[in-house]
Amino acid sequence: MLTAIRQMANQIRQDIIEMLVPAKSGHPGGSLSAADILAVLYFSVLKIDPQNPQWPDRDRFVLSKGHAAPVLYATLAEKGYFPREELLKLRQTGHFLQGHPDMQKVPGVDMSTGSLGQGISAAAGMALAGKIDKKSYRVYALLGDGELAEGLVWEAAMAAAHYRLDNLVAILDYNGLQIDGKNEEVMTIAPVAAKWQAFGWNVIEVDGHNVEQLLQAFEAAANHQGRPTIIIAKTVKGKGVSFMENQVGWHGSAPNAEQAEAALKELREEQ
Amino acid sequence: MADYILTDQKKVATRDAYGKALVELGKEKPAIVVLDADLSQSTKTVNFAKAYPERFFNMGIAEQNLMGFAAGLAAAGKLPFASTFAVFATGRAFEQIRNSIAYPKLNVKIAATHAGLTVGEDGASHQAIEDLALMRALPNMTVLVPADAEETRQVVRAAAAHSGPVYIRLGRLAVPTLFSTEYTFTLGKANILREGTDVAIIANGLMVSEALKAAAELSSQQVGCTVVNCASLKPLDEETIISVAKTTGAVVTAEEHNIIGGLGSAVAEVLAEKYPVPLRRVGIKDTFGESGRPEELLIKYGLTAQDIVNAVQEVLKLK
Repeated sequence: MLTAIRQMANQIRQDIIEMLVPAKSGHPGGSLSAADILAVLYFSVLKIDPQNPQWPDRDRFVLSKGHAAPVLYATLAEKGYFPREELLKLRQTGHFLQGHPDMQKVPGVDMSTGSLGQGISAAAGMALAGKIDKKSYRVYALLGDGELAEGLVWEAAMAAAHYRLDNLVAILDYNGLQIDGKNEEVMTIAPVAAKWQAFGWNVIEVDGHNVEQLLQAFEAAANHQGRPTIIIAKTVKGKGVSFMENQVGWHGSAPNAEQAEAALKELREEQ
Repeated sequence: MADYILTDQKKVATRDAYGKALVELGKEKPAIVVLDADLSQSTKTVNFAKAYPERFFNMGIAEQNLMGFAAGLAAAGKLPFASTFAVFATGRAFEQIRNSIAYPKLNVKIAATHAGLTVGEDGASHQAIEDLALMRALPNMTVLVPADAEETRQVVRAAAAHSGPVYIRLGRLAVPTLFSTEYTFTLGKANILREGTDVAIIANGLMVSEALKAAAELSSQQVGCTVVNCASLKPLDEETIISVAKTTGAVVTAEEHNIIGGLGSAVAEVLAEKYPVPLRRVGIKDTFGESGRPEELLIKYGLTAQDIVNAVQEVLKLK
């Protein structure tokens, strides 16, 4: 299973590169850094049914870092929510794949996101609904590291701990880079683990590209009672494409056809 | 005069009527959950909290998260009512309402109290004069401004029955209960409270009561007024607005809100495009309020029956 998930993460990365070329805009860096996390979630952890996206008892996934829409769309397509060909129409007028996730338009998207900080807040609300209704579903939310500067993240963190939402798991895609540069140059977010611990969360730190570690972390989160869990996943922005790795310039610009070909070649060789 | 208008008008704040209506609805609709941001004593959600403690959630002084949680609860099938003061609901949390509630069309009811100048002594920082402009400009948002306790009761029920985001504007001040239970609020419909052929006064919120007083005064001056209660600010009852403009040929609007962006603007937009007639807008004239007794502020900022009478006399000269 580990190999299958790793292969899926590679496939998702290829999809990301392919879909960004015709879109001519979008966010490769933070999509590539989260590919392993989404592959683990959608192909092992989440209780979901692509044939029934609105299944009331499904696990929820909220992409709080909504600009990483390409990694979510690629994952949903690979999981069978819609045909892979649709990915090539990302961001085009009239097409359902919006620049940022739209729950009204995209099957499998549980919350519309894009404005940072709001996804984790809504995810916590969903987790509260699960507690009220005594349902067993769990809610997962992927945060970006630059996103932690949003005050709402901490309002949500405080409330999730207050209401003991142990059915809520946040994952931090901690790649260290944001639009204007390194986290510590733009706005210091460290010490990240200590902040979440202080807010009353169960904190697990992993290598965000290590499938085995991610699986173990989700397992541990599911067994932890009384507190929400955050999995701090140390990642590399642009992971899998050598010329994109740790390059802040690839946060929000799409590759051209030539660059995409080079990226796909690397990814296929790794497969 | 419509026969559902009471002669003995007991004063009740719309926030109190909201608190009662929630408890009543809570029994009928188990999906209802109520969220507040540390103001439950003032917004009157405390009534619901006492009746259904397991369905009440205090979010603390965190209005953005109040809206985010409400969005998530709605996305998971609950029917959340989120309450705080109108300034903080629509101002502090505007973008949460925009992106997490209105854009995904989630079934969240935002019931905001302490709207308008009649917050009184707390002053301008707490007096929302622009909330309707903010909410009206959001696609998918329904905006309701009840005039009294009975209409509030019906508005809350209509909001719960409607699928999609709703903003309900409520006040702190006790205002006359104008309507008996015979009155019927319908979402998207305005109510004609009295008919006359010289001028139409279109009002909502606590200015409906002032409009009726103004009409009585003008009647003694042989000026016949049609008075329209426009509680459904969005969707707006354009048909009724155009129809009363046709019968009277002159319109005055009255609202406890900035004349920019609220009822006056909404009526002006309809008339300018579809049936232009002389128009005057009674409202807050693009200025912040201040501390003071609510009744004194209404006089100082030009929100009384007399101000409506003056506006009618001006507009009649333009006919």
